[in-house]
Amino acid sequence: MTKPVSLDSKEFGAGGKPISQKGESLLKDSIRRLARNRAAVVGGSIILILILTALFANLVAPYPFADQTLVDQNKVPQWVLNLFPTMQPYAKLSPNYFLGADYVGRDLFSRIVFGARVSLTVAFIGPLISLIIGVTYGSISGYFGGNLDNLMMRIVDVLYAFPSLLFIILLLAFFRSTFAQPEPGTFTYTMGQLDAATGGLLFIFIGIGLTAWETMARLTRGQVLSIREKEFVEAARTLGAKNGRIMFRHILPNVVGPLVVAETLAIPGYISTEAFLSFIGIGVNPPTPSWGSMISDGAQVIRTYPNQAVFPALALAITMFAFNFLGDGLRDALDPRLRGTQ
Amino acid sequence: MGRYLIRRILYMLVVILVVSFITFSLMHAVPGGPFDKEKKLPAEIIANLEKRYHLDQPLWKQYLSYLNDVFVPQFASEGPKGLVVDDDFLINIKITNSFWIRWMNFGPTFTSRSRSVNDIFRQNLPISVQLGLMALMIAIVIGVPLGIISALKQNTVWDYLGMSVAIFGVSVPVIVLGPLMIWIFGVTLKWLPPTGWGSKPPYFLGVFPTNLSWDYWRTAIMPSVALGLGSSAILARLTRASLLQVIREDYIRTARAKGVKERMVITRHALKNSLIPVVTILGPMMAGLVTGTFVTELTFGIPGMGKYFVTSITNRDYPVIMGTILLYAVFLVIANLLVDIMYAYLDPRIRYD
Repeated sequence: MTKPVSLDSKEFGAGGKPISQKGESLLKDSIRRLARNRAAVVGGSIILILILTALFANLVAPYPFADQTLVDQNKVPQWVLNLFPTMQPYAKLSPNYFLGADYVGRDLFSRIVFGARVSLTVAFIGPLISLIIGVTYGSISGYFGGNLDNLMMRIVDVLYAFPSLLFIILLLAFFRSTFAQPEPGTFTYTMGQLDAATGGLLFIFIGIGLTAWETMARLTRGQVLSIREKEFVEAARTLGAKNGRIMFRHILPNVVGPLVVAETLAIPGYISTEAFLSFIGIGVNPPTPSWGSMISDGAQVIRTYPNQAVFPALALAITMFAFNFLGDGLRDALDPRLRGTQ
Repeated sequence: MGRYLIRRILYMLVVILVVSFITFSLMHAVPGGPFDKEKKLPAEIIANLEKRYHLDQPLWKQYLSYLNDVFVPQFASEGPKGLVVDDDFLINIKITNSFWIRWMNFGPTFTSRSRSVNDIFRQNLPISVQLGLMALMIAIVIGVPLGIISALKQNTVWDYLGMSVAIFGVSVPVIVLGPLMIWIFGVTLKWLPPTGWGSKPPYFLGVFPTNLSWDYWRTAIMPSVALGLGSSAILARLTRASLLQVIREDYIRTARAKGVKERMVITRHALKNSLIPVVTILGPMMAGLVTGTFVTELTFGIPGMGKYFVTSITNRDYPVIMGTILLYAVFLVIANLLVDIMYAYLDPRIRYD
């Protein structure tokens, strides 16, 4: 238990005389609480390292991710052989690959490094899309209420009955084959090109975004419903503020906290969705490396070369851990009910 | 309650209809058809095949006749005729020898001429259901006690241990846990078979295996743990948070003050109330388990429904897509209804009317 913030020893000068009575801002307070949470700091640091790795993947990775050296298929370095002794009788040694080479002689380590790009992009774009759609939808529904609200929420209910992963698969099939038309200049062509340029990620984002916003919409609606009755909203309305202004200047800033926390906690879900889509072979286009597709490739040879599945699996697990730790920490730091306590 | 139930069931029907409509529109909007093979078939053959499966009719007609086949009970003068894939109803009730009520014909599959969608439901669905149920059991049996122990021994080693297990569960998805378990227990230690599923028809009630043996459980352990662990983690965290909150309530203090034994305070007063939010999460959790089953099946090579989801969409096997998505939608809305009923039972303040 620490003392309440305003009595914090830092604010007292020599002899216990208060230097200033400055109030703590909500944000500053939250950041300090977050910094005190060791698990969250570790998670945040891992994420920072991952972001740097993804940004400078060209410098970190010793090989390009698509470079095949067929003579080096499935080769492993000595330390990996010691770690997985079952490979002893047949594995070929090569010190050139830090974690070994895969079934066409691509460096596993380099592919894992480049794979961080895919997972992290999903980790940041996924929540963004679902926030944009969900918040817009939920706030319209909550703010205007009545029949519109009823209709909009029934639509969300119906979408809830869809198994979302299957919906994404169906959407992906739809996008991929619709936008594959080779007519330069058209909208569909541009979309197809964009998707190809992102290694197949664009449609994954759209698919995830279109299925993940419902929870966000419900949450936003609930928050907006409770806030729109508050006095300060009424005051704004009395002063002649328009709907848009009330929405963006008065209501939304007050609901943003719980939404951010919910999205942070949802990030591991997005990451594992992408990994699963790549795992079943409808995620990113080969040879773009994704941890999911690497685990899938590795799982084929797990009896003979376990390192090819275990290392990307560890990378994925560590990333998920980091985001979970950070999300938990954020929730504790931003939850107003815990404010002033430890 | 009765009126509420009727309203909910009507509402469920609407949801199912909308789901079927969206799925139908979306899958027909996807370019390409079921008979576009890499080696192109002659146009006449495609025309014949489309005629055979009524794909030459206008879409609205196809949709209506599908709805009719699946949802409307048919009155027939004879029962099932054996291997006729167009006339395969899931439910056949014999009233007299020449009067049958037959219901739910999900149609033939396009990829295999001798199988109907109902065949898939009969042979592959039970495996998925068994896997899902076992995972649910594991989730509850591990998750709830773990959460209770963590809450009762808050800030002790037990608490940290329990919550570490929980954070491990939410952070390690099946596609990570699956290969790791296969490698450790299947390949290195050779304790459990790395892939497969040990149940065969006939199934009791269409779901439960009748030939239970040690081999069956051996194949089931790894996949159900892999699938159930994530959900058990969610349950553990929720149970802990909820119990911690309830323990601080005034009525618990009152119970202690009147000298009720600690064990009774926890079991009688605290536990039941703390389980209410836990029950509400069961609905969404079952949705997660359902989609989780086919991730698990693909990882462990289990012959359940999982592969049909993916292959039916890539093959444009329309009846299989419709059948599987409808099946899961029905399952989800029923699960949510059951959860709501259970909710009312646990919390007498909630009355539906």
